[in-house]
Amino acid sequence: MKPIPVESIQKTLSNDPLGEAIYASTGRLMAKRAAAIPDHLREDFEQWREQANRIKRHTLENLDYYLELLEERLRARGGRLVYARDEAEVARFITRLAKEKGVRLVVKSKSMTTEEIHLNEWLEKEGIETVETDLGEYIIQLAGERPSHIVAPALHKTRYEIADLFREKLAVEREEEPERQTLIARRVLREKFLSAGLGVTGANFVVAESGAIVVIENEGNARLCSSAPPVHIAVAGIEKLVPRAQDVAVFLKLLGRSATGQPLTVYTSFLSGPRRDGEIDGPQEFYLVLLDGGRTKILGEPSRRESLYCIRCGACLNHCPVYRKIGGHNYPWVYSGPIGAIITPQFHGMEKDWWLPFASSLCGACGEVCPVKIDIPRLLLELRVEAVREKIRSGEARLEHLAFRLWAWVMTHPRAYEAAGLFNLVLRDDETGWKGQVPGPFRTGPLKEWLRFRNLPAPPAKKFRDLWAARQQREALKE
Amino acid sequence: MPGDDVRDEILAKIRAATGRPSGGPPPQPPKPLLTVPEVPLEERIEQFSAALEKLSGKAHVAESAEAARALVEELITGRSAIASNSPLLREYGITSLTGVFTGYTDAAELKEACASADVGITGADYALADTGSLVTLSAPGEARLISLLLPVHIALVPKQRLLTGLDELFTLLPDPAAQTSSMVIITGPSRTADIEQILVKGVHGPRMVHAILV
Repeated sequence: MKPIPVESIQKTLSNDPLGEAIYASTGRLMAKRAAAIPDHLREDFEQWREQANRIKRHTLENLDYYLELLEERLRARGGRLVYARDEAEVARFITRLAKEKGVRLVVKSKSMTTEEIHLNEWLEKEGIETVETDLGEYIIQLAGERPSHIVAPALHKTRYEIADLFREKLAVEREEEPERQTLIARRVLREKFLSAGLGVTGANFVVAESGAIVVIENEGNARLCSSAPPVHIAVAGIEKLVPRAQDVAVFLKLLGRSATGQPLTVYTSFLSGPRRDGEIDGPQEFYLVLLDGGRTKILGEPSRRESLYCIRCGACLNHCPVYRKIGGHNYPWVYSGPIGAIITPQFHGMEKDWWLPFASSLCGACGEVCPVKIDIPRLLLELRVEAVREKIRSGEARLEHLAFRLWAWVMTHPRAYEAAGLFNLVLRDDETGWKGQVPGPFRTGPLKEWLRFRNLPAPPAKKFRDLWAARQQREALKE
Repeated sequence: MPGDDVRDEILAKIRAATGRPSGGPPPQPPKPLLTVPEVPLEERIEQFSAALEKLSGKAHVAESAEAARALVEELITGRSAIASNSPLLREYGITSLTGVFTGYTDAAELKEACASADVGITGADYALADTGSLVTLSAPGEARLISLLLPVHIALVPKQRLLTGLDELFTLLPDPAAQTSSMVIITGPSRTADIEQILVKGVHGPRMVHAILV
């Protein structure tokens, strides 16, 4: 199995400005979420979470039905539903359509699903210019990086880095004020919106009964992508469905508050098909591409199906003590934090990403804040079990397995346990009382890695066994 | 192009994964959770104004069509404006104000006009009190881009269309797709916090939103 990327994680941990940027931003997002759920709303909020969980469960349990309903309703509105098994099929569909229409420029709004499938690279390879239009995504695209947070993709970048980036890539004066930087991006991107032949967006929700998608955002770029170009393509995972429009209300109330502490984001677009008769603007053609990309596999594991409930709010990232220290780029896939730790190994297999479920203190914060009540801590444990089984099967964990069997034997044999206690003598230190670090000679082989970041806790002044014996004696005297 | 075989394969996989080999209708989905509180109009107006102003938009109340017209006139003084073809705006006399251009029926012309004007004036179908939102349904008289491309957006909405919130909207419109190809809920001016989480308004959409309750 692949080794843990310790070096890269260490690099982040020793980079103070980066560490500070991640820690401060996630801290602010936590505070905003807390402020958006005041005490008088807490009971309602819990009800919404319950309801959202029930709707997601029901929809996924009957997904085939809702997909067929969606297809029929969308067709009735003049749109088309396209299925794709994998990223190549999404890319092939979009490039073919773009070429058919003679499209040279595609404008895109932020979408995790298209990040997942590296859509931009596919389109660029075919010679189709693809521009990200969400400000954070645009910055990341110019820098040639990948997003480090589901909701705030450029969270790891400072305004000074952005000033250099804009000067270099856009040939503008160096500008350090975020307000002016935003204006520069607005100007450049406005041109793109108005000349693009195709707009690509994601979809936060897909409403089966309405044949509609729901897209939420703050900037207005998704509205532009979906209404300025003559063709609009939305790309989403098959798990994004909800049965009815009325179900959307509860999700909207949860999503904005959980993500950025907003009761509602600035724009919520409920779109069904292309423009209708008599309308002046809006796309003339509308396609919805639904991606499997490994989702049906997870759907088939009832104990893990809830991994697909995720509405990508990022709250679990912001509240995770591990994410807040190592940031998004140390996670191997576009989904980071606790949700990334549970879905990445399920999508990509244990072999590659087995260590992710271990990148957690199991504090449970992720599960507590999840707006759709995914039991992330339970899934982390379940995946840990699988990772260890896999290691034992591959023979990789033979020594570890042996060590734990030995440990178990010692723990169940009092005399052996007593004798093992003598090892404490080696660790006693005349000056400090306790060394904590296991002496050099013992730190070899596999133990070396294991002890690299671990100290041994000092033993208590009195042993439990002695206390127990003394107590027994006292009881005996009383009688 | 992925075709019906891909569709059938994915649906078959889903049916196998969920143990529904023969498909068929599902059990009843959970009942929608929609609560519509009773809130008097005066209070709704207060809520709406407070919520929109918190987002640095501005709510105005006009007691008559004439008052609304005067208000718009004042707001657009010295600026050029594009008004949608909404019958409501004509009725209020907005479209005949100096500096207001209207009557666009071609998307390309509209885009070009929007590129050089300062203010977009539209009607709104509803407003939501608790979040300070405007709800617009695109229609032949109501283009999508007028509320989006210009630096300032002014929306007029009849007072009795001020709803309590999202739940009332979805109770009134159980399926928005039945009415329109595009329903947009606008909650304050366009904004971003993508650079160091510093709030900047007017990224791609308007940096100022005026809502006039008539």
